[in-house]
Amino acid sequence: MPGLLEKRRDDREEGEIPTAGMADIAFLLLIFFLLVTTINVDTGIGMTLPPKLEDQEPPPVKERNLFNILVNSQGDLLVEDEPANIGQLRQRVKAHVTNFGEEPDLSVSPDDAVISIKTDAQTPYDTYIQVLDEVWMAYREIWDQIARTGQTPQGDQVLDQTYDSYEAYRSTLEPQEENLIREAFKAQISIAEPDTGD
Amino acid sequence: MASQRFERRTSDTEPGFTTASLPDIVFMLLIFFMVSTVLREQDIKVRTQLPEAEALTKIEQKRLISKIHIGPLKKGENEGDTAIQIDDALIDNRRAIRQIMYNKLQNEPRLIASLKVDVGSEMEVVNEVQQELREAGALRINYSSNRENPPN
Repeated sequence: MPGLLEKRRDDREEGEIPTAGMADIAFLLLIFFLLVTTINVDTGIGMTLPPKLEDQEPPPVKERNLFNILVNSQGDLLVEDEPANIGQLRQRVKAHVTNFGEEPDLSVSPDDAVISIKTDAQTPYDTYIQVLDEVWMAYREIWDQIARTGQTPQGDQVLDQTYDSYEAYRSTLEPQEENLIREAFKAQISIAEPDTGD
Repeated sequence: MASQRFERRTSDTEPGFTTASLPDIVFMLLIFFMVSTVLREQDIKVRTQLPEAEALTKIEQKRLISKIHIGPLKKGENEGDTAIQIDDALIDNRRAIRQIMYNKLQNEPRLIASLKVDVGSEMEVVNEVQQELREAGALRINYSSNRENPPN
């Protein structure tokens, strides 16, 4: 009699759905998605285009505040009306924006300084990106310095704490949070409008 | 007597850890990867070998990005001609870009136009696209580039 009771209990236990294979199925799917996933982040040089002008003249910029970079169809550079090469560009841009009115030909203050890049129709895109990159890197190096010291080159305190680099500071920002470094030391890079041909 | 036996039985089944929640854990991981997976990249009909740069920014918010590919056509009778591709379609009439981008901007005001331009391109086409973007009011752009490996 106890044997019969035993048997009936065994029957009931075997009636359950076996869930052991469930994990295997899930693992298989998991491995599939693991393999096909690409967590690649888009990287690039960010720019903001000027808004469309409705017949009004662009605001005038004083000649000394303007740092002109011209790139011709061969990819040669003309910086402030003199031929130059890309290697010197970063230092010259830095000298221009951190001039604070010292040299009479360079900018009055970082807020007034404008870097203008003008290209020809046949300018290679690669050269344009290299030039743009050097200009941004000039600003990036200044921002790095602000992040490390917490102060702008003028001596204004902008950050409560210091960071290893500008990137390290930027990664701590929330999407809506204001970027204090960029706010304190604005980058003004202008992509000159192409000639319309007349 | 019967209760004693019952107790012995339960203590017999106790050892051996439960794997019942294992599928739950795995499913959770699975769902994460399913959501973050982009199964198919767009069918890109133009060659875009991106330039290399140092001053890069990352765009974390992927959904804001709208890609514009500019480069030589990969196949077809006009192979090698510079063409523009937005989403899946090649743009024949460059004047149409403003309408396309304007519509996209209505759906996503914080749109970032990611310009994926081949290194061999000339500035003429880039300028033209930029003028179209200005017409559309899509002012946030990003010159897509890869990280430069500094020569060590």
